[in-house]
Amino acid sequence: MLVLGGVSKTYPNGVHALERFSAEIRLGEIVAIIGGSGCGKSTLLRAIAGLDPATSGAVTLDDIAITAPHEKIGIIFQEPRLLPWLSVADNIGFGLSDLPAAERRARVVRALDRVGLADKARAWPRELSGGQAQRVAIARALVPQPEVLLLDEPFSALDAFTRTDLQDHLLDLWADARPTLVMVTHDVEEAVMLADRVLVMRPRPGRLFADVAVNLARPRDRKSQLFDQVKRRVLTALDRSLDRNLMEAQSNSSAGEAMWW
Amino acid sequence: MVMTVDLPALERSEATAAPASRVRLTRYARPALGLVLPLALAVGWEAIVHLGWSNGRLVPPPSKVIATIIDLARTGELSRHILATLSRVAAGFAFGVIAGTLLGAISGYWALARQLLDPTIQALRAIPSIAWVPLFILWLGIFETSKVALIAVGVFFPVYLGVMGAILAVDRKIVEVGRIFRLSGPAMIRRILLPAVLPAYVVALRVGLGLGWMFVVAAEFMGASEGLGYLLIDGQQLGKPAQIVAAIVIFAILGKTTDWLIEVTSAPLLRWQDAFAPQGGGS
Repeated sequence: MLVLGGVSKTYPNGVHALERFSAEIRLGEIVAIIGGSGCGKSTLLRAIAGLDPATSGAVTLDDIAITAPHEKIGIIFQEPRLLPWLSVADNIGFGLSDLPAAERRARVVRALDRVGLADKARAWPRELSGGQAQRVAIARALVPQPEVLLLDEPFSALDAFTRTDLQDHLLDLWADARPTLVMVTHDVEEAVMLADRVLVMRPRPGRLFADVAVNLARPRDRKSQLFDQVKRRVLTALDRSLDRNLMEAQSNSSAGEAMWW
Repeated sequence: MVMTVDLPALERSEATAAPASRVRLTRYARPALGLVLPLALAVGWEAIVHLGWSNGRLVPPPSKVIATIIDLARTGELSRHILATLSRVAAGFAFGVIAGTLLGAISGYWALARQLLDPTIQALRAIPSIAWVPLFILWLGIFETSKVALIAVGVFFPVYLGVMGAILAVDRKIVEVGRIFRLSGPAMIRRILLPAVLPAYVVALRVGLGLGWMFVVAAEFMGASEGLGYLLIDGQQLGKPAQIVAAIVIFAILGKTTDWLIEVTSAPLLRWQDAFAPQGGGS
């Protein structure tokens, strides 16, 4: 279980990005974090990844405190961030250098096949389209078999068609080993499409505003009425999170774990 | 039926033949294009001297330059001078590259060292390197050591700047990928920083080598008994312009060849680059 216990983050320049964010995320759960810009979504994700540890509070994974990047936690960024001097296959195998070469090769071949890029194994990253590059990034993050996979707006730079395609593909890949997914997004439809739970955040300082459960069976139909209902619920929460009056009213009351839903 | 099979096949063979011949043409035509101007000038000057419109005493015609080179080569003088110059450039380049790479890497990687070292190095860089000549002669004598030192100084600065700048310019986002996969310090250098820095490093080496060739002439001007720079001075003092031009031509050939060597050895390591030119590589 991934436990976020009152995670706060103040940057050295004094910006108070995150205020006592608490949540418990079960193994295998898919959680989407959504909120207006500057609400600390990415700060939170980087704290979970151990890239920028929290100023106070703690992130623990199965009772291990996370203060630096951990082998059980993988991350996919908004950009693919492939290493341009490595072939597609070597990029996917980048995190497997501890394994014997044969084992590494086998896993890379399997992953390439799984993301549908078997014919691109020897290609350079510059030869890939945006969607293909992001699929390589997904494969690179999944191939060490992390327990938790973090995604920082992973599809936001892609066109609408590629995006929905990759969302389906991600779910498909997730089903292989069922890691915990924590994804930051600003796309409500994406959140409802993928997540079991949508955490809505509120800006300045970033804190948890609402926790919306998505009780929809998979595969989900983007055009169904139920899907639309959940989407509307998230949108309402999002609207209220940006309501200035409410923000001021609530900032006096107990902060951090305001559960709206 | 036969027609429909034959016709596309015929078209295809024509289609593949045409670009192939065009590729062959451009492959040879493009470098040849660069030769047109110098060849025309050489032939033109040769003709002018041959026709007696100029005596060609101060500007020797190509035939005389070639004859001078052949003469020098026959007596074994030429290879002695080339070897002397080459070994000076090689030694100076080696020392300059080693020092530039080490200090550049330290300054790029370690902020404290940069704050400590870089201002001094930048100040030294502002000194025209030829200004060191008298001091080097006093310190190191008039023989090889001072010459190699001067060349090394010339090579050092572009390499130092190139390495430091390249390390500072490494994309933080790529470094973060290394952190996510928990690379140790040495692994981070080997697997992320070195490959990221390599393209800029090759450019720095080429700039450094160019300066090395520049400085070897300066070094050989300050009193040498052999070397291509000596040939230049000797040609001036004895009034042999053909020998001067011959030395210049050999400098050009050597400079271009050594530069091409760096380019060719580094090319396989840089194939991944998203180059502007559709096909890179030497000429």
